[in-house]
Parts: sequence; C-alpha cells; structure tokens
Amino acid sequence: MSAETLEKAIEKKPAEALLSKRRKKLVTDPLVDENPITIQVLGICSALAVTTQMKPTLVMAISVIFVIAMSNFVISLMRNTIPGRVRIIVQLAVVATLVTLVNEVLKAFAYDMYKELSVFVGLIITNCIVMGRLEAFALGNKPYDSVLDGLGSALGYSWIILTVAFFRELWGSGSVFGIPVFDTVSGIFGPDFKLATNGLMVSPVGAFIILGLIIWVQRTKTGYVEH
Amino acid sequence: MELFNLGIRSIFIDNMVFAYFLGMCSFLAVSKKVSTAIGLGAAVIFVLTVTVPVNWLLNEYVLKEGALSWAMADLASVDLSFLRFIMFIAIIAAMVQLVEMVVEKFAPALYGALGIFLPLIAVNCAILGGSLFMAQRDYTLAESAVYGFGSGTGFCLAIVALAAIREKLKYSNVPNGLKGLGITMLLTGLMGIAFMSFMGIDL
Repeated sequence: MSAETLEKAIEKKPAEALLSKRRKKLVTDPLVDENPITIQVLGICSALAVTTQMKPTLVMAISVIFVIAMSNFVISLMRNTIPGRVRIIVQLAVVATLVTLVNEVLKAFAYDMYKELSVFVGLIITNCIVMGRLEAFALGNKPYDSVLDGLGSALGYSWIILTVAFFRELWGSGSVFGIPVFDTVSGIFGPDFKLATNGLMVSPVGAFIILGLIIWVQRTKTGYVEH
Repeated sequence: MELFNLGIRSIFIDNMVFAYFLGMCSFLAVSKKVSTAIGLGAAVIFVLTVTVPVNWLLNEYVLKEGALSWAMADLASVDLSFLRFIMFIAIIAAMVQLVEMVVEKFAPALYGALGIFLPLIAVNCAILGGSLFMAQRDYTLAESAVYGFGSGTGFCLAIVALAAIREKLKYSNVPNGLKGLGITMLLTGLMGIAFMSFMGIDL
C-alpha cells in the first residue's frame, strides 16, 4: 500500500490495526474451514504432479504463494480501472507475467528444479485458485486485504500439497526431503528389519488416493458435508 | 503409423487426467451427469485440436530461438521463448471465445448445460498443458495436431467414465466426510490403476 492511500484512510476514520481480527480471519479461514483444495475443490490441477518429492513441492508452493499474493495485489490496485467485459484477459495477462517471472528466476538460479518442474510452473497460470481469488476477492477489495486473502489461500493450498508430498515421498521413496528415512531405520534395527517402499505412491494413483484420504480426515474433523 | 501410435499413447498411456493431473478442476466439477460430461469433453477435444497446432505455428515461426529468421535475417538471434506463456494463453482465450460463440449459436441447449464451464475452458490446465507439452517435446505440425486430438479424447473418455460411475454412486451409502470430492478422488485413483494396464502398449 502506498503512503498516499494510507494517509487518506487515516483522514476518514481511525486506521484499522495492521492485523485486526477481520484481517487475521482473511489469512486463517482458508487454512482449514475454507481450504481451497479440500473444501472449495480448486487448484488440484497443476499441483499433484509435483508431489512425488518434498523439494519440488516446496518450490511449487513458494511460487504459488508469490503468484497469488502478487496478482491479488496488482489486480486490486487496478480494480477500479478494469472494464468488466475484458477482466478475464487482463487477469490472465497479469498472472501470466508473474508466472513468466517465476519461471525465468527458476531457470536462472535453480536450473535443476526448473527441469524437474518442467511445464508445471507454467500451469500455475491456469491454477483455479489464482483466478478464483482474483474474481471473488481482489476485484472488490483494497490491496492490503487482497494480499492477506491471497496469502491465506496460498498457504491453505501449500500445506495440503506438502502433506501429500510428505506421505508420497515417505512411502514411495522411503525418504523425506531427500534424507533417507527407511534406510536409516533398517540401519538401526539391523538388516532383517527392512521397510519396503510402495511403487504405487510414486505413480499418480498414489496422489489421488492420499488426497482422497486427507479430504476424508479433514472433512470428518470440520464436519463439512457435500450434498 | 508413428502418428497413430502417438494418438493411442496420448489417449491411454499419457492420459491428461490420470498421468498428469491436468484439467482436474472441471474433471471433478462437471462429472456429475453423463450428458454434461459429454458436452464438456467434446468442447475440450475441439479446443485442444485447434489450439495445439495453432500454438505450434506461433511457437515455430515467432517464439522459438531463431524462429523469426524467415522475416529478416537480422532477427535470427532473437529468442522470444520467454513470451510463451502469455502468447499461448492469449491464443487459447481467443479460441475459447470463438467456440463459445459457435456453441451458443448452433447448440443453445448444450450452451445452457455447460454454463460457466465453457469460458472456464480457457483456464483449464489441460488446454494450456497440451500446448506446453507440445513445445517441450518438439512435435512437428502433424504430430501436434494428433497429440491435441488424442489428449482431448483421453480427457473426454476419462470424464465421461467418471460421470457414469458417479451417477451410479448416488444410490450407495457413502460416509459423510467422503461424500462428493473425497470419494471422487479415490475413484479417480482406482480408475488410474485401471489405466495403468495400458502402459507399455506400443504399436
């Protein structure tokens, strides 16, 4: 938020606390109760393919956090100047620019990761969460609130895909963040105690099943029922 | 033969949904009724078959490194591939707009049934994913047309099959937490296992 708009807000009424209750709710709501993946069924598209390992998943999560927060911010700044009829194109252009930025940064500083994620960084453009937040929130709210809202949704998305990746990497390759866990365990208990990895977890099927189970657990806890 | 093989591969083995998780949003949201699923599947086949070759032309003659050399010899060193995302998504958005107008004119019933999901094809990952895979794998024009059609057909097949299962699922007693998305995810996983049996098919 620029200094100018901040001053205006102060003139009108006492400024809202930087992290007031309402704003905290913007961040915390999408974590569990309004989770974009498990409750709203958005953004499953491009994420699951990278969750065979923790590391690429973390990079993906950070990229998505950056893209959602920044695009929410930019669109919110432009919200009064965008004509309603062409807003989808404007949004796509903003998001595509940000994703290109992420892609070029990865290419320059983390080439291995860039190779590993391949087309899936580009597919952040079509991540439904990004467009969903722009349509539902950024077009009608102030920049700072929009950034918080974007952060909340992106974090809600991130912890789900990181959880999926944790189980897939642990059971599929027997490691976490590339650190071998299963080998260490069988090293402690002797060679007879061998933990087997499951090839199904590395294949896409594992992702569907793990996510299905996470959704089951989470919805049972929150008591959300879909009709 | 090579092309036919690629088509079979993109339908069954490299299936958009089961192998790459692309187009999951509409896959989950529009798979409640078979008739709507067929409509969306047909729209996706059409849009993919058109956009992948069009994007191939764009990539080959404008974006690739040295692609502009047909226009001027000086431009041979220009590499515009960083513009790929923006250009591809612009082409896709334009094509989807076109399809929307055609469907509205000639099949109003289908237009009504697809509702919001027709414009959303523009942000369907399967469409952009098709073009990005095409650019990454260096297909030729004929290959990219076959690939676009094949992966669209694969998506259509998957969504219609899932819709058929979900129609039957209405009569079964699913635990509360699993209703809707949860059971659909597990179903997709099981269907994925079924599709794994196609792996290794080579004609």
